[in-house]
Amino acid sequence: MVHQYKNNGYNIVMDVCSGAIHVVDDVTYDVIALFEKCDLEDMKTKLTYTPAEIEEAYGEVEELKKEGLLFTEDNYEDYIQEVKERKTVVKALCLHIAHDCNLACRYCFAGEGEYKGDRSLMSEEVGKAALDFLVANSGNRHNLEVDFFGGEPTLNFGVVRKIVEYGRELEKMHDKHFRFTFTTNGLLVNDEIMEFSNREMDNVVMSIDGRKEVHDRMRPTRGGKNSYDVILPKFLRFAQSRNHQRYYARGTFTRENLDFSQDVIHLADLGFKQISMEPVVGLPEEPYSIREEDLPQIFHEYDLLARELIRRNREGRPFQFFHFMIDLTGGPCVAKRLSGCGSGTEYLAVTPWGDLYPCHQFVGEDEFKVGDVFHGINKPEICDEFRNCNVYTKEKCKECFARFYCSGGCAANAWKFHGNINETYDLSCQMERKRVECAIMIKAAMAEERENMNNGEETQQ
Amino acid sequence: MKHVKTLTGVGNQTCENE
Repeated sequence: MVHQYKNNGYNIVMDVCSGAIHVVDDVTYDVIALFEKCDLEDMKTKLTYTPAEIEEAYGEVEELKKEGLLFTEDNYEDYIQEVKERKTVVKALCLHIAHDCNLACRYCFAGEGEYKGDRSLMSEEVGKAALDFLVANSGNRHNLEVDFFGGEPTLNFGVVRKIVEYGRELEKMHDKHFRFTFTTNGLLVNDEIMEFSNREMDNVVMSIDGRKEVHDRMRPTRGGKNSYDVILPKFLRFAQSRNHQRYYARGTFTRENLDFSQDVIHLADLGFKQISMEPVVGLPEEPYSIREEDLPQIFHEYDLLARELIRRNREGRPFQFFHFMIDLTGGPCVAKRLSGCGSGTEYLAVTPWGDLYPCHQFVGEDEFKVGDVFHGINKPEICDEFRNCNVYTKEKCKECFARFYCSGGCAANAWKFHGNINETYDLSCQMERKRVECAIMIKAAMAEERENMNNGEETQQ
Repeated sequence: MKHVKTLTGVGNQTCENE
C-alpha cells in the first residue's frame, strides 16, 4: 500500500507496510501514481514529461520496489495474531487519586471529576494496594508507570506523596523502577508541590487551553470564576523549574476555538516548549463538539501549525508539539505499532476505592469493571476482548495509511460512539491522518534544511 | 537517486530495547 500527498511544496510518498518514506520530484510522484495501473509505454502517453524523464523516474521506482521500499505487501496480520496470544504483564496504572475537582470544565469527560459517582479521594491504603497489585502483575518488567489523575490530583496530594514514598521502598525490594507522572489544573500548585514533582515526577501535564478568553470560557472554577490568571504564572514557573523538560502544557480545543493554532502559538509565545493541543471528544449534541463540517478548518490549522513549527525551528526558537512528534528512523517494532495502546491488559485505571477498569475513560461504566486492586482481575474475558483488539480487527484500519503510527485509535472513543471497541471513531481518524501527514512533512523540511546547510558548508570550503 | 530522497515484539515511542 502506498499513500501519496503534497504538503507545503513537498511530494511525499509513504510505503505503508515497510515504513519507508520518500520525498520525490513531480515526475516520480506521477509515475508512482500510475505504476500499478499501466506500463511504461502507456505512462509516456499519459504524462506530460519527456520520455527520458519518465524512463529515469520509472527506473528509480522499480529499484525502490526491488529493495522492498515501495509497494510492499502487508504480511503482518498472522504475526500480530501470534503476538496478541502472548502473555502480557501490567506495565502502567492510572490512579484516580481524586474524584473531585475545583474546576468545572464544560467539556470534562469525567463530569467535574466525579465520573458519574460521588466525590471521593483515594486513601493511602488503596494507593499502596494498587502499587502492590502492579508489582505482583508486572512479571520481570523493570520500568513501571504510575499516573496520578483525577479529578484534580492536588486535592489529595498528601496521599500522592505517601504513595510515591511507598513506591520508592518497593523499588529496592523488587528491582523495579517507578516512573510517576501527574496531571494538574494548576489552581493549588505551590512551591512545595513543584519541588516534590521536580524530584519525583517523570512528567507533569499542566492543563491550559491557550488564549485567556478560550481558557476561561471552557475552564471556570466551581464558583464560576476565571482560572487563567491564577494558573498561568504558576505553570510558567513550574515549566521553568523543570528546565523546560519532562512536562506538557496541554490544552483541549473545541469547535468554539477552531483557530486552535493560535492557542498553540500563544503558549509558545509565553515560553512553553512542550505543548499539546488535543481535539475535544464530546457527544454530537454538545455545542462545543467537533463536527464533520469543521474538519477542513482543522486541517488548515494543522498545516499552519506545521509551517510555524518549521519556521521557529529555523529561527532557533523551537517548541515541541505532541501530535507532530514522530520517529522515522527508530520508533517501536511493528508488533507494538499494530497491537494498540495497551488498555485493558498492560494499562489499567484504578478508582479511589480500588476498582480496576481498562482505562481512565471507562471509569464509571460499570460493565467494564474488571476487578479490584485487593483481589485482582475477576473479569478476564473483558481483558481478553481488549487484548484481541488490534488494527486487523478493525475493518477501517486495514485500509488506512496511518495504521502503523496510530495503532488503531482509542477504544474508549470507539465504544462511546459505536458501542464496540473494535470500531473506529471517524472524526478522530481523519484528524490523526492529517497529523501524521504534517509530522512527516516537518521531517522532510528539516531534512532539506540539513542538506542545504551541509551543501553551504561544502561550498564555503 | 536523482528523483527520490528517502527520509527513512505510538509513532514517537522508542523501543526500550533500543
